[in-house]
Amino acid sequence: MIDSKQGALPIAVRNVTKTYGRVHALDDVSLDVKSGEFLTLLGPSGSGKTTLLMVLAGFTRPDCGSLKFGDTEMIRTAPHLRDVGMVFQNYALFPHMTVAGNVGYPLRLRKVGKHEADKRIERALDTVQLGGFGDRRIDQLSGGQKQRVALARSIIFEPRILLMDEPLSALDKKLRDRMQIELRHLHEKLGMTTVYVTHDQREALTMSDRIAVVNHGRIMQLATPQNLYNQPANRFVADFIGDSTFLPVTRRGDAVAHGETRLNLCGPVPETAGLLLMMRPERVRLANETTAPDANRFDARVSEVVYQGDSYLMYAHLAGGAEIALRGAIRKGTVDGLPGVGEPVVLALDVADTVIIADEDA
Amino acid sequence: MSDMSINASGLRRDETMERMRLLGLSSPALILVLVIMVIPVGWLFYVSFIGADGQFSLENYERMIKRKSYMRIFYTTFQISLLTTGLCILIGYPLAYFMSQLPQRIANLCLITVLLPFWTSLLVRTYAWLVLLQKRGLVNDWAMSLGLWDEPIKMVHNMTGTLIGMVHIMLPFLILPVYGAMRAIDRDYLKAAANLGASPRRAFWTVFFPLSTPGVFAGALMVFVLCLGFFVTPAVLGGGKVIMVSMKIVSNIELFVNWGAASALGVVLMLLTVAVLWIASRFLNLEKMAGGGH
Repeated sequence: MIDSKQGALPIAVRNVTKTYGRVHALDDVSLDVKSGEFLTLLGPSGSGKTTLLMVLAGFTRPDCGSLKFGDTEMIRTAPHLRDVGMVFQNYALFPHMTVAGNVGYPLRLRKVGKHEADKRIERALDTVQLGGFGDRRIDQLSGGQKQRVALARSIIFEPRILLMDEPLSALDKKLRDRMQIELRHLHEKLGMTTVYVTHDQREALTMSDRIAVVNHGRIMQLATPQNLYNQPANRFVADFIGDSTFLPVTRRGDAVAHGETRLNLCGPVPETAGLLLMMRPERVRLANETTAPDANRFDARVSEVVYQGDSYLMYAHLAGGAEIALRGAIRKGTVDGLPGVGEPVVLALDVADTVIIADEDA
Repeated sequence: MSDMSINASGLRRDETMERMRLLGLSSPALILVLVIMVIPVGWLFYVSFIGADGQFSLENYERMIKRKSYMRIFYTTFQISLLTTGLCILIGYPLAYFMSQLPQRIANLCLITVLLPFWTSLLVRTYAWLVLLQKRGLVNDWAMSLGLWDEPIKMVHNMTGTLIGMVHIMLPFLILPVYGAMRAIDRDYLKAAANLGASPRRAFWTVFFPLSTPGVFAGALMVFVLCLGFFVTPAVLGGGKVIMVSMKIVSNIELFVNWGAASALGVVLMLLTVAVLWIASRFLNLEKMAGGGH
């Protein structure tokens, strides 16, 4: 059961709208999740990502729209008939049952025989590395263990779709990092279509096949982590995923210029009126003799250098006043060799890293 | 070294001072409890062992064992208490459940209505039932004019009347803890149950109901214990035909001026109540229940 890749279902969301009073929690959302895919809904709080997940689970009734699991229309199906697994943010483990009672709950509802159920409970607990924990009470578990029990409970009935609502947000950072990798492995093993909600961009980048960035009840961009990071659709996405500073730039015929300087580009330029040059701190460099001749260069003055252990962060302002962040590797364990505050520097951005994005959120 | 030992003795002194202050602050309350609780109860014990001749004697307790009527009184007391508790659960649980599903603001309004009877005197409420339930009372009049029954039904001065009145009085004591326990149940538990495949009915019986039982136990225990010593309502609505322990105590004093017998009854009733609480505490976490069943 637990290690078959069969039976994952694609999800098709069409024109789903949900309003609370005047607020559009979901604004005409359409989304396709491929069979067996790990898709993350990423957005700030109040963006509508959780509402969308609750529509998938059946706990929120949208005003209109369609939802298909495979070929079956599900939008009016009651939650308990949808057969999707869900991991809740606070785990929602039943406090009056043991670990085995919780994990076996879906089997009892499905009238699985005791012998068979015990075997499957043991296997599900093994899958989440909690073998032998069946008799524990829920309040005897640590946060990470609760998380695993919740996971085991949501996969034991072999749902073809698994929903997760910020399942790692209550864990400390180290445990979270480990669980991200574990969840990813588990997904590869089980192969169920997974929709994951988080507000943590790093978590989304780490785990997802594709990420849907959600804001104001709309999907801003749906792309692979790499494409999302390298070619964000607009300022909101660029700002939300990773760090970046933005320089306003203008269209000059086919080209794009910052002030009077034409920029060397190799990527596409959006059709919108407002354009921004996105500068990721780790892509910006201090120009030196090895810098490519066609790299874009900016004269700036250092305003601050911050030592951060594994790297340094430098802030430099351009003549126009815009401040650019630059991240570089620490050499010989010190920032002493770097230009000091007030010194002039030339910032360089390779052509491949010169990304123009739309200055609007549509 | 010497500095450290000086500090140690100083710190110890601070600790002692702090304890003394705490004792000083709580002493008025301790004295109050002593005066209004321990001394009277001790005196009650003492009087219960004084016979009619003013000497030490067990006759007050012997009488209770020997006379059938006393056993019947204790039996009636427990019977009424159990029935009242059972009826309160049957009526109160669905009501508390309904309230717990309402939005908080409306639920608060309902809660005020539940508590409203507390603002009226117990005596007034009991006599109101007498007016409603008597032979020519409102209930009989209306039922007969509606054709529900032809002869007036005897609803007071018997067990029925006593139970109606006591359930009415006791209901809030059950509803409050049950409602509190229900409110404390995370809605996500029910969502999780539904997500895992439980129909609303299954989710209720497998998740909601078990999680609400601490509140039910707390409420039931409170109602039961209060019923054991109840006086006014059974006295008025029972019409002398339903005799509970508290009523016998009163008649012992008012009719027979036998303080010893009354005290012995009081002692036994108190011991029984303590026994009930003790048994309950062996099976239930009373402290947890008082906190609303978290």
